[in-house]
Amino acid sequence: MIKLEQLTKAYGDRNVVDQLSLTVKRSELVVLLGTSGCGKTTTLKMINRLIEPTAGSVCIDGVDISHFERHELRRKIGYVFQQVGLFPHMTITENVGVTLSLLGWSDTRIHKRVVEVLELVELDPGVMRNRYPTTLSGGEQQRVGFARALAAEPSLMLLDEPFGALDPITRDRLQISFSRIRQQLSLTAIFVTHDFTEALVLADRIVVMREGCIVQIGTPRDLITKPIDGFVKRMVSTPIRQAKVVEALLASGGAV
Amino acid sequence: MLPANLTGHIQLTLVAMVLGVAISVPLGILAARVGWLQQFVLGAAGIVQTIPSLALLAIMVPILAAINLQSIGYLPAIIGLTLYSTLPILRNTVIGITGIDSVYTEAARSVGMTSLQQLWRVELPLALPVIVGGIRTSTVWVVGMATLSTPVGATSLGNYIFSGLQMRNYTAVLVGCIAAALLAQLLDTLIRWLEQGVRTRKRVPVVVVLLIFGALYSWAGASLIPRWFESDTRPITIGCKTYTEQYILSEILSRQIAARTGLETTVLSSLGSTVAFDALRAGDLDVYVDYSGTIWATIMGRDGTSQDRDEVLHEVDRVLADAYDVQVVGPVGFENAYVLAMRRDDAAAKNIRRISDLVRHAPRLVMGGDYEFFGRPEWTSLRDQYALEFESQRTMDASLMYQALAQSEVDVISAFSTDGRISAFGLTILEDDLAVIPPYDAIILVSNRLRMENPKVVEALADLVGTIDADQMRDMNLAVDREGRTPAAVAADWLNVLRPIPPR
Repeated sequence: MIKLEQLTKAYGDRNVVDQLSLTVKRSELVVLLGTSGCGKTTTLKMINRLIEPTAGSVCIDGVDISHFERHELRRKIGYVFQQVGLFPHMTITENVGVTLSLLGWSDTRIHKRVVEVLELVELDPGVMRNRYPTTLSGGEQQRVGFARALAAEPSLMLLDEPFGALDPITRDRLQISFSRIRQQLSLTAIFVTHDFTEALVLADRIVVMREGCIVQIGTPRDLITKPIDGFVKRMVSTPIRQAKVVEALLASGGAV
Repeated sequence: MLPANLTGHIQLTLVAMVLGVAISVPLGILAARVGWLQQFVLGAAGIVQTIPSLALLAIMVPILAAINLQSIGYLPAIIGLTLYSTLPILRNTVIGITGIDSVYTEAARSVGMTSLQQLWRVELPLALPVIVGGIRTSTVWVVGMATLSTPVGATSLGNYIFSGLQMRNYTAVLVGCIAAALLAQLLDTLIRWLEQGVRTRKRVPVVVVLLIFGALYSWAGASLIPRWFESDTRPITIGCKTYTEQYILSEILSRQIAARTGLETTVLSSLGSTVAFDALRAGDLDVYVDYSGTIWATIMGRDGTSQDRDEVLHEVDRVLADAYDVQVVGPVGFENAYVLAMRRDDAAAKNIRRISDLVRHAPRLVMGGDYEFFGRPEWTSLRDQYALEFESQRTMDASLMYQALAQSEVDVISAFSTDGRISAFGLTILEDDLAVIPPYDAIILVSNRLRMENPKVVEALADLVGTIDADQMRDMNLAVDREGRTPAAVAADWLNVLRPIPPR
């Protein structure tokens, strides 16, 4: 269980994240949703201490994360971000196994685990193992990024627009894969996106943010049926309108 | 196996590069993380780089002498070269590390690396090509600059170049230049292969290159180590400045000492003028020949008007012993004065015999001088006392000056009175009618240390006092400059035919 309490980040006299409190239950996937600059990424990075909060606290399973050494904390948290950040001088095996090697695993154990996670993210270990990141497509690179984050069996996954740079078809495939993996491993995850459709597809609960504060928290259904204000309503209206257009097209074209 | 000049050059380059990398890479890593240090370190290295390389090496001599360290030879050369190597390595290390895309550093932190792990596993590998680029630039620079360590007493390919230029042996100059260029290319290529091998993880080229470097280093080290251990039984070290007469005299001194005492001797050739004196004072040089007028004007700061030859000798003798810990053994027998020389026909046409006659024509004439001349007190005295003013002044290498005069590119030059080329090129020496220039007796100087530790050597040298007159010296100079004989052969002949006292 993750608990954010009164979490605040100030740059100068501007609070980018302002006294944000949130609880994420075990095996739950919470999406932080908002336009760019709303503080969702900053919130995410305060959870693995890539950014240190100005005030407030984050507790994981009851322990304040400021009690951990930063690098030890991060080894227990999977982190996936839009630019992927695979190390170009390392093979896929070395990239996926990097946290394991930091944890002091033996080479044979690392290799075995790398094969497992590559299969989990639907990549062929035989083909991929000794290749370098630059020879992979964008979608393959992000699958490797997921494999790297999952390798050390993290208790928590943080995802910062992981599909943001992919074309729609690849994105759809990866979303499907991710949903399956998430169910299979009962992952606890916090997922940042500005794409409401993506949030609807993936989230157990959605946290809508604006200017560092939470506007509304609810299930996807809650947000569609009971938007709290005009901001949320506008946000919800786009995918609903698109869905209606698609529905109409299907109806007029007859049976598919 | 390989000529000593090449061996010395490789030693200097390799040692300076290892030190340069060992200092600059860690400093660059530190500077990449600490903002103020980055400004400071890059600024300091930049300043070092702007010092002319020869000056950077030469300035090490008095500095090392002042702190009682070996002031000529390997130490000043290594320190100078190491300092000179730092800037490209430092700058590329800083740029290589600070230029890494933040995506990779964020990824490194997010997977749980400590900052040291991030450095080793991510930053250094990614910055490697840039850092190696700096090392390669530096290596090429250092190989080139190492040729300039000859004047501070370290053996290098510069010995070919400096002595070749002096003795008009352009083959030697070319050999020195080409060998340096090839060495630079070789080292550059080896480092490039090493970097490529490391980056693409090909074991064979890495191992091969490392073996070659290992061999070079162990061989360089093997010939360096005895040098350090033998510091107690160092050979008698004879200094030699950068012109023909000095090459011959140093050979004569060396052979005389060896024949009379059986001690081992070594000649450090092509030293800068003040480098030789500083080193003798510090006891790093045992003996060399200087000139009374030079000591009088340059070291003692006296001006030269109407001084008697014996008086100057006597005064130099006294002051050097009292204030500089340097002993004058005695005059060699000839004078080698700074003189002004012109083409004979030109002087005749303008009816110039004395410097006073020159004054009227000077504003339409070009004056050529060696590297030192226009900076020396003798020139100031000449200019002021005669009110000499030339159309322009040109500084050039002494060996090229005579050629320039013969080809009318300059009209008057500063020459040495014993230089065989004065007669060979058909030049006229102008009389110093106001007696502005002091007398220049060639004198044998020894360090106090030699006098204390090896009185036999001083005795052997004392037997050379008064044995060479100006004509003999001029003939010997001419034999080297015009007939192309080696200074060693000329010196040997002189000692065989004219040795004043036969060996025991």
